[in-house]
Amino acid sequence: MSLPSKLTDFTLAEARNAVSGKKVSSIELTKAFSKAVADAKPLNAFVTETPEKALEMAAASDARIAKGEARPLEGLPLAIKDLFCTKGVKTTAGSNILNNFIPPYESTVTQNLWDAGAVMLGKTNMDEFAMGSSNETSFYKPVLSPWRAKNSNAALVPGGSSGGSASAVAANLCLGATGTDTGGSIRQPAAVTGTVGLKPTYGRCSRWGTVAFASSLDQAGPMTRTVRDAAILLRHMASVDPKDSTSVDMPVPDYEATLENGVKGLRVGIPKEYRIDGAPPEIDALWQKGADWLKALGAEIVEVSLPHTKYALPAYYIVAPAEASSNLARYDGVRYGHRTKEAIRDITDLYEKSRAEGFGAEVRRRILIGTYVLSAGYYDAYYSRAQKIRTLILRDFEQAWEKCDVLLTPATPGPAFAIGEKSNDPISMYLNDVFTVTVNLAGLPGLAVPAGLTADGLPLGLQIIGKAFDEATVLRAGRSIEIAANFTAKPQHWWAA
Amino acid sequence: MSQHAAKTIKGETGEWEIVIGMEVHAQVLSKAKLFSGASTEFGAEPNSHVSFVDAAMPGMLPVINRFCVEQAVKTGLGLKAQINNRSIFDRKNYFYPDLPQGYQISQFKNPIVGEGEILLDMKDGETITVGIERLHLEQDAGKSLHDQHPDQSFVDLNRSGTALMEIVSKPHMRSSEEAAAFLKKLRAILRYLGTCDGNMDEGSMRADVNVSVCKPGGYEKFRETGSFKHLGTRCEIKNVNSMRFVQMAVEYEARRQVAIIEGGGTIKQETRLYDSKLNETRSMRSKEEAHDYRYFPDPDLLPLELEQSWVESLKASLPELPDEKKARFIKDFGISAYDAGVLVGEKELADFYEELARGVDAKAAANWLNNEVLGRLNRDGLGITQSPVSASANNAIIRMMGDGTISGKLAKDLLDIVWSEGGDPVQIVEQRGMKQVTDTSAIEKAVEAVIAANPDKVEEIKAKPKLAGWFVGQVMKQTGGKANPSAVNAVLKTRLNLPDEG
Repeated sequence: MSLPSKLTDFTLAEARNAVSGKKVSSIELTKAFSKAVADAKPLNAFVTETPEKALEMAAASDARIAKGEARPLEGLPLAIKDLFCTKGVKTTAGSNILNNFIPPYESTVTQNLWDAGAVMLGKTNMDEFAMGSSNETSFYKPVLSPWRAKNSNAALVPGGSSGGSASAVAANLCLGATGTDTGGSIRQPAAVTGTVGLKPTYGRCSRWGTVAFASSLDQAGPMTRTVRDAAILLRHMASVDPKDSTSVDMPVPDYEATLENGVKGLRVGIPKEYRIDGAPPEIDALWQKGADWLKALGAEIVEVSLPHTKYALPAYYIVAPAEASSNLARYDGVRYGHRTKEAIRDITDLYEKSRAEGFGAEVRRRILIGTYVLSAGYYDAYYSRAQKIRTLILRDFEQAWEKCDVLLTPATPGPAFAIGEKSNDPISMYLNDVFTVTVNLAGLPGLAVPAGLTADGLPLGLQIIGKAFDEATVLRAGRSIEIAANFTAKPQHWWAA
Repeated sequence: MSQHAAKTIKGETGEWEIVIGMEVHAQVLSKAKLFSGASTEFGAEPNSHVSFVDAAMPGMLPVINRFCVEQAVKTGLGLKAQINNRSIFDRKNYFYPDLPQGYQISQFKNPIVGEGEILLDMKDGETITVGIERLHLEQDAGKSLHDQHPDQSFVDLNRSGTALMEIVSKPHMRSSEEAAAFLKKLRAILRYLGTCDGNMDEGSMRADVNVSVCKPGGYEKFRETGSFKHLGTRCEIKNVNSMRFVQMAVEYEARRQVAIIEGGGTIKQETRLYDSKLNETRSMRSKEEAHDYRYFPDPDLLPLELEQSWVESLKASLPELPDEKKARFIKDFGISAYDAGVLVGEKELADFYEELARGVDAKAAANWLNNEVLGRLNRDGLGITQSPVSASANNAIIRMMGDGTISGKLAKDLLDIVWSEGGDPVQIVEQRGMKQVTDTSAIEKAVEAVIAANPDKVEEIKAKPKLAGWFVGQVMKQTGGKANPSAVNAVLKTRLNLPDEG
């Protein structure tokens, strides 16, 4: 197989083979990506760039390769969402309240990556505390998508909340990136930037050291340019962790090994409730195409029903803010993070001023929603019912698994939209998650794979949903979509100086 | 349930009865905190026992400490309570600087331990059963220090995250004495189990006392129907930290409530504070001002599931508890229920007694412990574990007294010597010649000497045999107190030809 002429055009798998085969050094590769990052300032994909740390890590990797001690991800440069705590490197969660926060510890997921030999290029921009679907709620200004519509220079969102990671992967600023997904924050930005994003089963990756948004939904996962790259990265992000009681002790398989096994005989469910009113016809058309591709490759297409789907989004917007309102209580200006510089009367005044200055509008909105739904007298009407809906949604999936092995759905209700287009309309913004939140509520794995372009030339993705801890099958089905779709479009390189 | 006479308060309009329930926070005896590996050592430098979890750093997660769970289950078993094999940790949300997470992890709807009971032995011999409503595990908060700086407050997080058991009683106590007895018995059980050190002055055990008053008959109706409407409105007195203060606070609070009701007022449900300096309770916050804690299950923790076989193995490994020990003492030692109750009140005291009574007359041993050892400890302000004379040394003294080696009088002198100088009582008796003289020739010699020196008394005794006592005293003096008094009596009787009854 011939390698791309530019180092930054390498896929993770290509780079791995080139580096371990000593065709390219980690330092060469790292320098090329660090330069691409530095040149891509207009995208605003990074909050913190760490080129010096990257070079140190690359040098160490080259030394190991020279000694024949290469590890699975040796010398491969990655971007890390700024929600993962990185020891000695500022970690902001996209928020002013953590603007000065330098963790004295490393998250389990990033530690796993470094232990596998990966190199850190920097920390990517994101919606504040991962709350958003457009990356516009970041304290560090919005991230731009490298994509533009045909005949238009309008700035588009990269999706969110892992918008910096999506933009960086789509613009070839890194070989892959980490994201986190609470309601679609990996899959939605991946879909609208023409990249691959995998939200693993809840409990597959440790949450320790990742700034919490909604603990029962948050899950880290890979964002890459190919399905194979996602398979490689997930293997080295996932682990059981004694420091996270919700992580699950299941062996982490070699997802790459079964990737090319195809879909012959696989039963693919098409949930009828995912056909929503008002969705652009292009979405339905692409979905149908996806089913046809899989059928052509030998899969059996079955119609299934997930009757409680319509309650998922409202339930999500109760459960997630409820947990967030409690998780974010620790940012109080007392021990670390932003503290108001204004004169204060008492401790309540300190809390109010520090938190009002530290949190942006969307975060404040969700803290208020979450506080409300947990309040005495409202708990049963909201939180408790939302949890019951969650149980019903999980049951829907379990019943579907009697008829099929994976589900195929659209990843998003539409392509990337313009910066500012939905930022004053929270409900329309929340609807971006309509196809993705069910998976979080049920704790299942979900994969977004690029599958086509709109008439305007913007990427659209399809989603494969699988059984708990069956990422291997999800990736295998995703790989078949990838082959059939043969998505080769790349954004115009407009951002470099 | 035993029906016990209520201790009433006399008001202007008649009799009032007191009803008391208690919530006790007992710090779990454990080296590490409930959800982090940080140490729980008391009295360390501020903020020296604080992990990233305790400081609520971003991304930190709680992991349950298995040992603390074991301690809670043991305590539940000791309270003869229902163990819930599935319990849930909830978050109790509120803002305070000594609560770094902004929530306390506690158990709200599904506690680890359900209903149980505690038996109280009252002074009048009555036994009272107080129901236990529940026991749950929760985290302690840190400590705010407001007295270190003129315009700054400091926070010490050493205690933050330490495991507490909140033990909630039913409102089954009817007097301040019963409230104090409850706390004392609970503390004894916890100490026997080794699940809490019970040191109230270090804050390892603190009580919230719920007090209400009602007219006679209200409590009985409550017990019949379970309906709280038959009881008065309660006030909760927070964080009372000694048995004596519990008693004083209940007395004050009950009288305060009676005065308000009789004055035409109503009792507001509220939280009050006991001021031990002024001996009064003061309002802290009313029900309306109470926090909305927004409880919900902690999503960082899975439900706590216990295996029945594990619970059974803990049950099998429980030590003997006060009630069982008391029954055994009564049966094996033949001592009174009251004496046994006093002895088992403190595990160390019971252990001391068992050692002291080994192989000797149990009643004599109990008397010796009560009159001689405890009297001296009291005088010196010492606890049983600080006794200068060990239980086995006491046992040696009692043995020598029992086999006639030394007299009762000498035994007490000997205890005083060992008490102040230390040493082995048997050796001291040898070295200082304290052995009682039973050798009749030596006694006869002394009797002869006394008779020779007091011919007039010899004449008198013939008319008045009761004077024999005087002779005995003289002989004892002659022998330095070492003569065996019954031997002296016998010799005198023969020598002076005294009648048998005299």
